Order: sequence, then C-alpha cells, then structure tokens
Amino acid sequence: MSTQISDLDLKIWRGDASGGGFVAYRVPVREGMVVLDVVLWVQANLASDLAVRWNCKAAKCGSCSAEIDGFPRLMCKTPIAEYGASLTVRPMKTFPVIKDLVTDVGWNYEVNKEIPPFTPSEGDLASSEPWRMQQKDVERSMEFRKCIECFLCQDVCHVLRNHDSKAAFYGPRFMIRIASLEMHPKDTVDRKPLLKGRAGVGYCNITKCCTEVCPEHIKITDNAIIPLKERMDDQYFDPLRALARMVRPDPRSS
Amino acid sequence: MSAPGYATVETDVLVLGAGGAGLRAAIAAAEAGAKVLVVCKSLLGKAHTVMAEGGVAAAMHNVAYQDTWEVHFADTMKGGKLVNDWRMAELHAKESPERVLELERWGAVFDRTWQGRIHQRPFGAHTYPRLAHIGDRTGLELLRTLQDRAVHTPGVDVHMEVTVFKLLKAGDRVAGALAYRRADGSLILYRCAALVLATGGAGKMYRVTSNSWESTGDGTALAYEAGAQLRDMEMVQFHPTGMVWPAGVRGILVTEGVRGEGGVLRNREGERFMERYDHERMELSSRDIVARAINSEVSAGRGSPHGGVFLDITHRKPEYIKSKLPSMYEQFLKLAKVDITRQPMEVAPTIHYIMGGVRVDAESGASSLPGLFAAGEVAAGLHGANRLGGNSLSDLLVFGKRAGESAAEAARNAPSEAEPDEGDVEGAIAELMAPFDRPAGESPYKLQAEIQDVMSRRAPIIRDGDELAKGLEEIVELKARVASCGTGGTTSLAFNPGWHTAIDLRSMLVNAEALLRSGIERKESRGAHARSDFPKPDDALGEVNFIVEKTPAAMAVKPVKRPPMPTHLAEAVQHSYARYTPEERE
Repeated sequence: MSTQISDLDLKIWRGDASGGGFVAYRVPVREGMVVLDVVLWVQANLASDLAVRWNCKAAKCGSCSAEIDGFPRLMCKTPIAEYGASLTVRPMKTFPVIKDLVTDVGWNYEVNKEIPPFTPSEGDLASSEPWRMQQKDVERSMEFRKCIECFLCQDVCHVLRNHDSKAAFYGPRFMIRIASLEMHPKDTVDRKPLLKGRAGVGYCNITKCCTEVCPEHIKITDNAIIPLKERMDDQYFDPLRALARMVRPDPRSS
Repeated sequence: MSAPGYATVETDVLVLGAGGAGLRAAIAAAEAGAKVLVVCKSLLGKAHTVMAEGGVAAAMHNVAYQDTWEVHFADTMKGGKLVNDWRMAELHAKESPERVLELERWGAVFDRTWQGRIHQRPFGAHTYPRLAHIGDRTGLELLRTLQDRAVHTPGVDVHMEVTVFKLLKAGDRVAGALAYRRADGSLILYRCAALVLATGGAGKMYRVTSNSWESTGDGTALAYEAGAQLRDMEMVQFHPTGMVWPAGVRGILVTEGVRGEGGVLRNREGERFMERYDHERMELSSRDIVARAINSEVSAGRGSPHGGVFLDITHRKPEYIKSKLPSMYEQFLKLAKVDITRQPMEVAPTIHYIMGGVRVDAESGASSLPGLFAAGEVAAGLHGANRLGGNSLSDLLVFGKRAGESAAEAARNAPSEAEPDEGDVEGAIAELMAPFDRPAGESPYKLQAEIQDVMSRRAPIIRDGDELAKGLEEIVELKARVASCGTGGTTSLAFNPGWHTAIDLRSMLVNAEALLRSGIERKESRGAHARSDFPKPDDALGEVNFIVEKTPAAMAVKPVKRPPMPTHLAEAVQHSYARYTPEERE
C-alpha cells in the first residue's frame, strides 16, 4: 500500500560492556515509518542478533528508549520523517550496556523498592465504605502516574549521566514517584526524610532537561521536584523551625 | 553446541507472566503464605496490560444506579454468545467491584464522579456505564499499582527477561520449568510445588495486531505440550478499531473509549453505517459485530482512503477529548499527524485478544493437570465467543487472585519429594539449544512472517471451511520447517533475538494449529467465529465447547457439552433491563 519513498543511512551502535561502535545499514523507508520500524527491519533482514527492547509500539510501555542522533527518545514515537537521509541510534548512556541498544536498567527497580509504598490511614483502611475523593484532588497525583518508566529522564539527568551519582540521587523518575505518593489525598507517610537523605532531591539544580525529554509531557521539574524541594526546605531549612528544633527536636528527622 | 549447565532455583509458587493476572496471583499467593517467584519475558511493568486503555468493568453502580452483578453477568454471557463458562461469568460479575475497590486501597487513582466516587464510562455491549477508568490509560494504572504492591509484598521475587521453554513434571504433576535468561542465554531450572500461567495472548500469529512481540501464546503452548486441555481456541477477537495508516503503525489499538465517549463511525459516503448492523446499540454494539460491520463496509468499497472507516469524535469539545482520551490525542497527532479534535481517525479491525486458552476450573483456575493453574488471557471460559471491552482487566483481577490463592494451597499440599525427571531436563535443553547447531537453517524472522501470512489469509475475520483446511496444511508444513530453523546465522548466547524468535515460533504454531483445527470443527457462526459457509448459529453447537488435547498421534479436538445454567442465572440472562439515560450532570 505505502510505497518505498527513500533509503536511509542508519547507524546503530553495536557492542557490549567490553566495547563497540556504530555499524552502518542501508534501509528502505516507507511513508510513516518510525525509528523502531527501521531498527526491527535491520534485525529481521540484516542482523538477526541485533538486541533491542520493545513491546507495545505505541508509546505506552516505555521499553524502546534510545538516543537518536544523540537525543533521548522513544524509538516507536520518533518518525523517520523528522530526520534527513541519515540518523544514528545508540543505547542510553546513563545505564551500563548489556548488548547493542539494550542497557541494564535494574538500578531503577532497586530504587523503587526503597520508596515506602502507598499507605492510607488505619481508619481509611478499616472503613467498609468506598472512598470519596474529588477529581481536582486526585489530578495532581495523576499527572505523575502517567509515567511509563522509559527512564529517558534518568538518562538525560546530568547528576546521573555526567557525574554517575546514582548513590546520591534517585533521579527524576523517582522524584515524580515520590511526588505521586506525597500528593495522593489518602497517603499518610512522610517521605521528607527520604527526600533529604537517600533520594537526594537537593542534587537537582533544575535544568529541566528531564521535562524536555518526557514522552508523557509530565512537568517533572515544575510540578514535582520544585514542590518537593519546597516541602523539604520548609521542614529542614526554615530558620524558625530550626530554632524550634533546638528546643524540641523533631522525632521524624532524627 | 555442547549441553550447557543450569542454575536451580526453588520456590513454592512459580508465576509465569507479570501482567495484571500474574502480579495479582503473586500477591494472593504470597498473602496466603507461599514463597512466590514471578518470571517474565520483558522488564517488570511492560506487560501487555499497559495497553489496556478504556477501563475495568465492574458493576459498582456509581453512574447508573440500576447496575447490578446480574446485569453484568447477563451482558458478559450475551456478548459471549452463551458458550462462556457461566460459573466464571457469575464469579467475575460478583467479585469485580470488590477487586476494583481493593486496587484503590492499594493506591490506584481513578477518575471521579462529581460526588467523588469512581467514575464509570459507557462501553460496547455493557447495558450501563460500567468501566472504571483513568483517562485512556487504565491498564497502566492497574499494572503500576499491582507492580508496586507486589514488589512491596514480602515473599514475592521477580526474575525479569527470562523465557520459559518447557514445563517439567514429576509423575503427572507439574513440578518446575526450564527457562533461559534473555540477557546471556544462561539456563535456569525452576522447581516449584505449583505453577500459575499468566502469559497473556497469542496475537502475534497474525500480521495486523495490537499485540506486542511477547504475545506468542507461550502459556497455551506450554500447557498443551505438558498435557493440559485447551478450550475455545477458535475464538479470537478482532478489535474493531486499530490504526490503519501510516503503514508502520497499522494495527495499533484505538480505544473503544473513543466510542464510549460518543465517537461515531462513518463510511466514505459519510453514512453512520452501524445503523444498518445494530440499530439499537450503534457504535456501542459488541466488538464482533462492529468489527464485521467495518469489514463489510470496506469490502463493499465504502471504506476510507487507506482501507478503513472513519471514527469521528470532533463534535466533542477539544478540552474534553484531551482530558478523556489524552493518549489517543497524542498517538494520532504524533504517529499519523491527525488532530482528533478536528479530524476523523481512520480505523480498521486488528487482532486483539484470544478468548480461548487453557481450560480451567472456575473456582480455582486449576487446569486439567495437577499443580498447573492459569489466569487472565491465557485461561479460557469467561468470555465465551466474544469478550466485552473492560472485561479483561476485571478478569485478571478476579481470577488472578483466585488462581494465586489456589496455587498457594496446592503448594502447601504438594508432595515435597516431587522432582522433575532428569532425562526430561536434558531433553529440553537439547531442544532449546538446537537452533544454534543449524547455522544454515532458515531465518526465524522469515518463518514468523510466513505464519502471520497464513493466519491472516486463512483465518481472517470471515472464515470458510476450505480456507481453514488449507491453513492447517500450511501450518503443519511450517511446523516441520520451524523444527529445523536456525537462529538467523549467529551463535552468540548474549541477548540474541534471532534465537529467542526461533523458540517463540514453536508456541505460535501450537496456537495457530489449535485455532484452525477448532475452527474447522465449529461449523457455525458464533461471536468472533464467523464462517461464510455456515453463516448462522447452530443451537446444538451452542451447547458445546471444543477441547484441544495432545495425543501421541496428533492434536485432537473434541466437543464437550457444558452443564446447563442454573435457573436463577438463566433468568438473569433472559431478563429485559431498563435502558440507561444519562443524567445531564454527568
């Protein structure tokens, strides 16, 4: 139905933890193709062992993250037509390469486990009545729950990417995870000690690169990280509170 | 290649698949005291459940006060053309509200009514607005909630990117599985006291599908090869609305929520053609009817420029569309350069769901093999000949929980000394590694395309006995070729999709063969199974389900009569329910 419209010079990074480089492929392109289409074409026709992750092919699962001409994007949502006659695809830089375009993102799953899960009050849990919440009260949390865990924000975050400070900062993905819990109308846990400590929200210096690459258009910095920083600052760096703490220490921050 | 060694991992309950059914089963089994291991082909959180858009069906009567479990039950049975397992449909209708409310208590955030209750939207063939939803990303919310619950439930562990190749038995009891890690090709022997299949569907045997690479019908094939019975394998759902253009996105799902929110279907002449196919329910008729109507319009030359029909929601306000259907708005804008607030979409049927699968006991999810359970899309029975939208998310919650609890109980009562037969393990390893020994073997990608081609041509939306028979011949021939295919030319064990595909093809072929053989036997038209040579339903065939089983000679198909529905359920189906008229406020 669609006819071939052009050839594309596609360079894909091939290799593993021990090293690698770009390999050039010439690929026929039809109207409407996305980067994932041409990568899978190479896999089916030229390089049967080309490693790539993908699932839904509809920008809903966040599996096919890569750096296209150096910019972190979902391959399934990036039309070839946005580029000229050539483009490069390489794996996300922030995570260790397993093979070709597949990286080891296991660290993210470890971080998620450290975040105290949703915890409603005893009273809410014991209640036999369905909960009542207003749309406007759940919408703030909903924005963050759109996250498809593509980890592009983690890839572009310079704290993680350039300084490899994974031990100090959870990264944008988990700032919005924490925000989604903190802003849930029924949640009762205080995650401010976590934000100040292990999560390291202070490391973010608000360059908003994460917001720029988010395929779900979540305002990560403005709507999650800045409000979280403000909450933490209120608790820990408010001079009046600091004074009060000298008199009576806050048990939660010890 | 010489036989590699393997690591042995032991657990009480092994769950295959980390979609909604697998995670719900894992949580239930762990809460019942079992040590649980979830094994999945992809990363956690990427399972096909994320693709569910419209909502989860549960008679909570938050929007239509008339809704009860009886109406939901009746809708499900009528939608399934009465070949459903009525007990499953009853349990499902009764328990889904509780399962949805439970998700909310685990942190899921649903859209609200003006009174602050969970909002419910109308959907095809549901008498009342019944689908609890979060915009058009309900599956993501459900999966993320279950994922977070599961990883924070003590006793649940997850192995990601591991593919199970074969179930292993001790005597007649399932006692483990052989698997390989996708990242490095290393082998794992899982030993377990009970196993839950939650591997999802098999849509990848067709060319145009909303399913991902994972949906190769692994669970059905694993169960069949181990000796369990399958049921209703001829029943495959075409979702009426998949994208048709551009070619690269053909088949991607367009949620039924578009029609639920008022979207109308038109042909190239601008006619709202559903009037002629289902005057009463129009666009919100059941999926089998809408899909065939679109197919008929296109066949009659009244289709859109790219071979579909038009789906139009432009009469709704742009802000409303963007808030209720955000991912559809984004999907069309980005992939097709169509602004759905101003232009109609082009849509056509796409393979979406398999109603058939492992035959299970309604109460427990137990298969016909001791120690083996199944839940979600891989299990059969609830949906009969056609699934209603929204019933799969509720299915996996209700029956995921039941299968998990039953598996935990079975694990407690299992004989502790049951060990998989060493000879079986060695045999399975040899089979698994064989593609590496055939460097000149055919390309698995080429064979996959051929299987998809056969199924798309021979078992399309309107079937015919001769075509199905030809398809069966072709699939049997492909079986021989797949048995001698290579990896595509490379010998690396590290993340080698050529090898992975060669293995997945075997599952696809079992599903394809079962579909064709059952389809040949069902000489009538019912639900998703429409035959041009038998265009009417046959009452006698309406009383049976086709059961597929492995025999030494070949795959066997036999009709099995269902027990009759108890009177109170039959009455619920026959009752005429008041039509819903929306309140202005909503």
